[in-house]
Amino acid sequence: MSQPVSHPDPTAAPRTSSEGPPSLIRATGLRKSFGDFEAVRGIDLDVPAGEAFGFLGPNGAGKSSTMRMIAAVSPPSAGELRILGLDPATHGPQIRARLGVCPQEDTLDTELSIRDNLVVYGRYFGLPRSECASRADELLRFFQLQEKARQKVESLSGGMKRRLTIARSLINQPDLLLLDEPTTGLDPQARHVLWDKLFRLKQQGVTLVLTTHYMDEAEQLCDRLVVMDKGEIVAEGSPLALIREHSTREVTELRFGVGQHESLAERIDDLAERVEVLPDRLLLYTDDGEETLARVHERGLEPAAVLVRRSTLEDVFLHLTGRTLVD
Amino acid sequence: MTSVHVDPAPGRIERLNRQVDYWVTVYKRTWRGSVISSFLMPFLYVVAMGVLLGGLVDSGGASLDGAPSYLAYIAPGLVAAHAMQTAAGETMYPVLGAVKWNKTYLGMVATPLTPADIVTAHLGFVVFRVATACGAFLLVLGVFGLFTSVLGTVLAFFVQILIGLAFGTPLYAYSAGLKDPTPFAVIFRVLIMPLFLFSGAFFPVSNLPDAIEWLAWLSPLWHGVDLTRMLTLGTVDGPLALLHVVVLGTLAGVGYWWSIRRLTRRLMH
Ligand SMILES: Nc1ncnc2c1ncn2[C@@H]1O[C@H](COP(=O)(O)OP(=O)(O)OP(=O)(O)O)[C@@H](O)[C@H]1O
Ligand SMILES: [Mg+2]
Repeated sequence: MSQPVSHPDPTAAPRTSSEGPPSLIRATGLRKSFGDFEAVRGIDLDVPAGEAFGFLGPNGAGKSSTMRMIAAVSPPSAGELRILGLDPATHGPQIRARLGVCPQEDTLDTELSIRDNLVVYGRYFGLPRSECASRADELLRFFQLQEKARQKVESLSGGMKRRLTIARSLINQPDLLLLDEPTTGLDPQARHVLWDKLFRLKQQGVTLVLTTHYMDEAEQLCDRLVVMDKGEIVAEGSPLALIREHSTREVTELRFGVGQHESLAERIDDLAERVEVLPDRLLLYTDDGEETLARVHERGLEPAAVLVRRSTLEDVFLHLTGRTLVD
Repeated sequence: MTSVHVDPAPGRIERLNRQVDYWVTVYKRTWRGSVISSFLMPFLYVVAMGVLLGGLVDSGGASLDGAPSYLAYIAPGLVAAHAMQTAAGETMYPVLGAVKWNKTYLGMVATPLTPADIVTAHLGFVVFRVATACGAFLLVLGVFGLFTSVLGTVLAFFVQILIGLAFGTPLYAYSAGLKDPTPFAVIFRVLIMPLFLFSGAFFPVSNLPDAIEWLAWLSPLWHGVDLTRMLTLGTVDGPLALLHVVVLGTLAGVGYWWSIRRLTRRLMH
C-alpha cells in the first residue's frame, strides 16, 4: 500500500481537475453547534477522489458530527461545505444518491428481515426490484449473512448487525463511502474481511472516509488522516508522516508496581525527549530505545516489565490529545 | 454487478414510488393484526348501538336530524369516527416507532429521500388504511340499505379520507417530535375518546346542554360526522357542507406542513 506523504497546507489552492483528481469533500471553516455547545469548531477538509481518508480522535472530538454533515443529513452551523462538488443545503438528495453511509449507530429497520433491509433500501435509491434482489444476495454472501437472510434483524448479534449495516451502505454502489467506526464490535476475522473489501473498493476508485479508534485500521486503510480533538483538527498527514512529525522513532515502555509510575517518571525524565505517564506504564520517547533502557538500568531502576518498540499512531494520538485511542 | 439506469433527479411521484415496497412489506406483516379493529369492530358497534339500542331509541320517538331510524342516524357517524380512529392508530405509535425504535426513518433519510417524501409516503399509507377500512364499512352499510344517496355515499367515501388526514396529519406532526410514548395514552383518553362520544355520532349535538354545544363545533370529528351524514342521507346543506370541508381541509393542510417541519427537525439536526 503506497503512502503518499502530504503536508497540511490550509492555504493550498483548491484542487481542480487539471491538477489532479477533483475534491469530493471540501470544507472551509466548517462548524456545528448544538444549542450553546460547539461540537465542530471551524475545520478545513479537502478529500480528493480515490483517497482513503480517516478521522482519529477521542470520544466527543466531533468526528460523528462531521461525518453527519458530510452525509448531508446535518446542516452545518457555519462555514462552507461541498460534497461531490454540490452544496448539501440545496442538493441533499443528489448528494445522498451517490453516498454509502454506515453511521456509528446501526439504523437497520428492526422490523424487516435481513434481506428486506437490503432490498427495500435499494429501492429508495431508485434501483429496479430485480437489481435490488441480485445485489442483496451478493452482499449477503460476501458478508456471510446468507443463512440468516429470512430472519429478523433482532435475531442478529451486534457484529452481524454491523456487517449488515455496511452491506446496506454498498447497495447503491456509492462513489463516496462514509464509515463511522465501521469495525467496532466486529471479530478479528470479520474486520479483515471488511478491510479486504474496502481495499478492493478503493482500487475500483471509491473514495473512503472513515473514523476509527483502531490505529492498525487507520494505518492499514488510510492514505491520509486527521486527528480531531475538541472539535478541531490538531494534525493532518499520512500515517507515516504523522508518526515522523509527532513522535520519536522508538518508544521504551516500562512497567513498575501500581502507583509508582508518577514518582519514578521524575527520576528519569531527562533520559528521553518526552515521558508519558499512563496508569499502568511509563512511555519514554527516544530515538534509540535500547540505549535509553540501558540508562534506566544504570540508575538502579528495575522495572517489572520492559518493551522497546517503534512509534505508532497510538503515540501520535496520545501526544496530541493526551488520551489513548481506546479508552 | 451490472450498471443500471437510475433517475438522477426523480420527481415527487417517483420518490413516493420508491417507498411502495417498504409499505407493502409493512402491510404484509401487520394486516392480520388490524383485521379485527379495522373490519370487525365497526360492525359490532352497528349491531350493539344501531340495532339493539336503536330499537329502544326509535320506540321513544326521538328527533334525529331527519334520519328515518336510529340505525340510519348513527351509521354515518360510526363511519366517520372509524376514519378518525384508524388514522390516529397509524400516526401515533408507528411514527414514533419509525424514528425511535425501528429506526426506519433514520435509514431512509440517508438516501435521496427527503423528510417531505417520507411524511407523504407514510400519509399515503394512512390514506390506504382509512380507505380500505371505511370503504368496506360504507359498502356493507350501503348494501343493507342504510344510505339513501348512492352519489352521496361515494362522496362520503372521499370525506372519510379527508377526516383521516384532518386527524392523521396533526397527530403525525405531534408524534414525530416526541421523545417517549407516554402522551399517547393521554391523547386517547382526553382527545380521541371524548370526540368519539360527543361529536354527534350517537346523538345530535343539539341535545348537549347549550353551554357546551358550541364545543362540539370545535370538534373536527363533528364536522366530519355531520358532513358524512348529510351526504349519505341526502340532506346536504350547501354552505354548512362547505364549512365542514374547509375546516377539515385546513386541519389536514396545516398538519401536513407541520409534520414535514417537525420530522425534518427530528431527523436532520
Ligand atoms: N444531537 C446532539 N445534541 C447535543 N450535543 C451533541 C449532539 N450530537 C453530538 N453532540 C455533542 O457533540 C460532541 C461531539 O460528538 P460526536 O458524536 O461528534 O463525537 P465523536 O468524535 O464522534 O465521539 P465518539 O468517538 O464517542 O463517537 C459531544 O460532546 C456530543 O455530546
Ligand atoms: Mg462518533
